[in-house]
Amino acid sequence: MRLVIQHGRLIDPAQKLDAITDLYIADGRVIAHGNKPAGFVVDKTIDATGKIVIPGLIDLSARLREPGQEHKGTIASETRAAAAGGITTLCIPPDTTPIIETPAVAELITRHANDAGFARVLPLGALTAGLKGEQLAEMALLHQQGKCVAVSNACRPVPQTRVMRRAMEYAASCGLPVFLHAEDHSLSQGGCAHEGMVSTRLGLPGVPEAAETVAVARELMLIEQTGVQAHFCHLSAAHSVQMIARAKHDGLPVTMGVTPHHLHLTEMDIGFFNSQCHVLPPLRTQRDQEGLLTGLSNGCISVISSDHQPHDTDAKLAPFPDTEPGISGLETLLPLALRLVHEGVISMMDVIAKLTSEPARILNLADSGTLAIGARADICIFDPEQHWTVVPQRLVSAGKNTPFADWELIGKVTQTLFDGKLVYTASE
Amino acid sequence: MKHHNLQFDAEGRLRHFIDIEGLSRSILTEILDIAENFATVGTQQVKKVPLLRGKTIVNLFFEPSTRTRTTFELAAKRLSADVQNINISTSSTSKGETLLDMLRNLEAMQCDMFIVRHNQSGAAHFIAEHVAPHISVINAGDGWHAHPTQAMLDAFTIRRHKPDLTALRVAIVGDIKHSRVARSEIHALNSLGVPEVRVIGPQTLIPPEATNLGVHIYHSLEEGLQDVDVVIMLRLQRERMEGALLPSEHEYFTRYGLTEAKLALAKPDAIVMHPGPINRGVEIDSAVADGPQSVILQQVTNGIAVRMAIMSLVLGRAPQGEEGG
Repeated sequence: MRLVIQHGRLIDPAQKLDAITDLYIADGRVIAHGNKPAGFVVDKTIDATGKIVIPGLIDLSARLREPGQEHKGTIASETRAAAAGGITTLCIPPDTTPIIETPAVAELITRHANDAGFARVLPLGALTAGLKGEQLAEMALLHQQGKCVAVSNACRPVPQTRVMRRAMEYAASCGLPVFLHAEDHSLSQGGCAHEGMVSTRLGLPGVPEAAETVAVARELMLIEQTGVQAHFCHLSAAHSVQMIARAKHDGLPVTMGVTPHHLHLTEMDIGFFNSQCHVLPPLRTQRDQEGLLTGLSNGCISVISSDHQPHDTDAKLAPFPDTEPGISGLETLLPLALRLVHEGVISMMDVIAKLTSEPARILNLADSGTLAIGARADICIFDPEQHWTVVPQRLVSAGKNTPFADWELIGKVTQTLFDGKLVYTASE
Repeated sequence: MKHHNLQFDAEGRLRHFIDIEGLSRSILTEILDIAENFATVGTQQVKKVPLLRGKTIVNLFFEPSTRTRTTFELAAKRLSADVQNINISTSSTSKGETLLDMLRNLEAMQCDMFIVRHNQSGAAHFIAEHVAPHISVINAGDGWHAHPTQAMLDAFTIRRHKPDLTALRVAIVGDIKHSRVARSEIHALNSLGVPEVRVIGPQTLIPPEATNLGVHIYHSLEEGLQDVDVVIMLRLQRERMEGALLPSEHEYFTRYGLTEAKLALAKPDAIVMHPGPINRGVEIDSAVADGPQSVILQQVTNGIAVRMAIMSLVLGRAPQGEEGG
């Protein structure tokens, strides 16, 4: 299949490129910008006039719910939603059932993703056996045979500092990055909302800021000692960002990620027990939100990822503390990130970097997250002017759980190409 | 904020009674006034008024309770309603049937009102949000969030002893953090115009940013009790020791237990209240609980009249003028 995407505004942060130009694609790769290569026979032309053409997004954390919770979503349903959101690469935390602690589970996931054909799915291997935080998982085998790109304990605790230290040391010696969810479970235990004004008013068990900062402090000391490359996923507290930024400045191999919901919402959005705002880590204060936005605009936070967690309807239909945490976030990732451009927080080039080239760098993916010649033809085309209203029932994802219902967003994906094939075309 | 009006129907009438937050002073005062009309029913030879005849009220208790359930039951019966008690251990809902399934089943039995107690904050709100339109919900306590009928009966008891609420200092002592009673009382007292509400306890039992609720925080009982008109003692749950919130009952009683000597720091005519059940020797000395300033048993009696007032108001049959009493 030979394709040309014509007249689009090409933004590729990896090459610092922002220009209106044509993009030529053959055999799943980008082969030329601008002028048609000699002998190129066009099978299909995509007119991208007025559109922005960027590398397919790379989402460092998304639950697809398969294997184990197929009533909430499947690899096919969620990668299809990813395509609708312009996402072409997704990292899957290991807390599936069974857990991604054997190459077989990792292979099963990648095979099902290949069969579906909407996006590339990169499993994250378990850091500890059974994610129990007691013994090391078979990280090297997960990496070599299971093609796991990094290791993680998902959101499960590693209470013993000794185990975390050894796990980091071992991962470092395997050359594997560690993805961290910073939470001291003894401090967060039983909590379902930020411990502060709203939890006090509603009588909700709180998750104090210290549940995150104490864990960040511990992990930073261990990263310093072990030298492991570490990525902090979905941070929620301004203090965490400051601590990690300082460590990064001091030369530690750390990066930070944040979700759109922590950038756009605060504890106040819980209102009167809105379970769509039940997330972990919890939505925090306005001061925290400002801290995250600052970290994003000054470059300390390099990645925005969805932390997609699709749920069946029942999971959110209960008294607030009994509901399951998480947001279905694949299809709102790009427009909520673009909203930051409209709000003047960050430039278009920088926000796209945090969705493409920066996550690619963390994963050491040389030919993804860029539209350089020779790169994979994973491409997102979006209309930067299109206004649309989030209607949960219209989400492609099996999970309709979003706190952004009725939000008017600007910017909508019109086409997504994966491996040079058109995997999504907007219906309008 | 569409949820703001959850307690009201389209015509602005009180349809559910879930939370004091969001209720105006005039509604709270109306409830207290109606309760005054009902207060005499219990002393009549025939302890019944026919206001809710033919109505079916279900006491839906997901958490054990004797006092609250009984006073709701008596209140409903004195209004001539039919009452069904359903006690559900929370574990049975986790056996597959969701709370919503259970609600649908109860709705199918054509009830008019659910009185709900649940161990999770927001449960009554959740049920009110999803219940069929012909059913009213009264919150009989949800988690740490709210216990609005208790707050109203406390306000009623205070008003009977101290008619001018706008001249009072009220102290709430003990475990504020885990107390739905305290949260609802704070809202009620503030709405009713009490100028100074104090909370007294160790920092481990005071929720963060509590001043936002409209209270002054004291960690010393002696300081906090100075010149107060009303002292509300809260029950201390024994499991607080296990959560590393307190060292021992003994130390708690030494610092925060209400004794005659400490009560002497309050105004001489101060009244002492407790939502019950009391832990004698843990938060309150027997001499105070049974002493002349204690109105603890009056609270129980008043609970029936106040709950009658709320039920009749919510089901739209409040007594008017000559009909009242």
